Amino acid sequence: MKLLTHNVLSSKCLKGVSVGYPLRLNATDIKVVDVDYNSEFVQRMIPKINYSALYDAAQSIGHHNGLPDTVAEDYEHNEEFLKAVHHVLLEVDIVSGDLECPESGRKFPITRGIPNMLVNENEVNEINDSNGY
Amino acid sequence: MGEELLETPDLSHLNVSDYEKVYEPREDTFLLLDALEKDLNVIRSLQPRLCLEVGSGSGVVSTAVARALGSSCFMMATDLNPFACRFTRETAQANKTHVSCVQMDLDSMIRMDTIIDLLLFNPPYVVTSSEELNQPDEDGSYLHLAWAGGLKGREVTDRLLEHVGKLLAPRSLFYLVVIKENDPEDILKNLSSQGFQGKTIASRKVRNEHLSVIRFCRGL
Ligand SMILES: C[S@@+](CC[C@H](N)C(=O)[O-])C[C@H]1O[C@@H](n2cnc3c(N)ncnc32)[C@H](O)[C@@H]1O
Repeated sequence: MKLLTHNVLSSKCLKGVSVGYPLRLNATDIKVVDVDYNSEFVQRMIPKINYSALYDAAQSIGHHNGLPDTVAEDYEHNEEFLKAVHHVLLEVDIVSGDLECPESGRKFPITRGIPNMLVNENEVNEINDSNGY
Repeated sequence: MGEELLETPDLSHLNVSDYEKVYEPREDTFLLLDALEKDLNVIRSLQPRLCLEVGSGSGVVSTAVARALGSSCFMMATDLNPFACRFTRETAQANKTHVSCVQMDLDSMIRMDTIIDLLLFNPPYVVTSSEELNQPDEDGSYLHLAWAGGLKGREVTDRLLEHVGKLLAPRSLFYLVVIKENDPEDILKNLSSQGFQGKTIASRKVRNEHLSVIRFCRGL
């Protein structure tokens, strides 16, 4: 699981959870892989990501090297910054560990790079359940 | 010209026994691939950054799109079937691209912040009883969930449609596979209330199924 994926996951649909974001990340196996750098992609992704969640996740697994704790002001023209973000978003791959809901403590295991976030019907809010269960 | 093709990914790493665990690409899959290929210019002009395929099965669709769009986009996929998640990842790898797969119900664990630019869904659309949607069956198989759609074949699709306006970006595209029994007109009406314009962009009759692909867009 990439940290970009972590950045868009939320456990808000769980019963009794109001924000469910960001998920706590525990990594037991991390692989660093090479991914082609596309400066424009990173620039255009910045407005979509929650930067502080990204920074905190990277720091919690010790992979925040070179990443400032806030978005650089002139980020469109700051290659050094964009490369650091690229690395953290796409090159740090969590092979195993778990994600944890910050409110309920519900854990979601990550195995072979894939988080399992399938929950029982009785764990989710009614609004997600329009099919009359 | 070559650039405009949506190459069908290589699936030679999957064998007959794998297709006892995940949905083998069929006419509906190929209709969706054809529709996406014809629409590749429309998709490219949107410049999607975050793409999501719900219910990716073998991963053939997400892999094809991930390859076509290259490093300009990040492709994510979900499926409730754990084998589908694993195979999706492997299919992407075998075709030298990346699809980030998370096992979940539909898009239930994705943050609802209007962040997805391109959404793809070839849902379980076959008309069945609601009971057939219970997951997974006695022998632990998920395969029936690849096609069982409940009443009007709409029960799974409708749970996604309900809040798709909160998932998709202000400028976004959404491709959905339907059959006649799903009442496409009603789906179009439904989504226009969330600001989406829908249009049928491909249709095919295969045996007794009238399949179509609807393209929804907003902000374009
Ligand atoms: C018709 S198959 C399509 C598979 C693949 N996308 C294709 O086009 O060949 C539907 C897929 O949706 C998955 N699915 C069914 N219900 C789902 C749900 N509630 N959440 C996530 N995936 C689901 C099934 O496991 C299956 O892989």
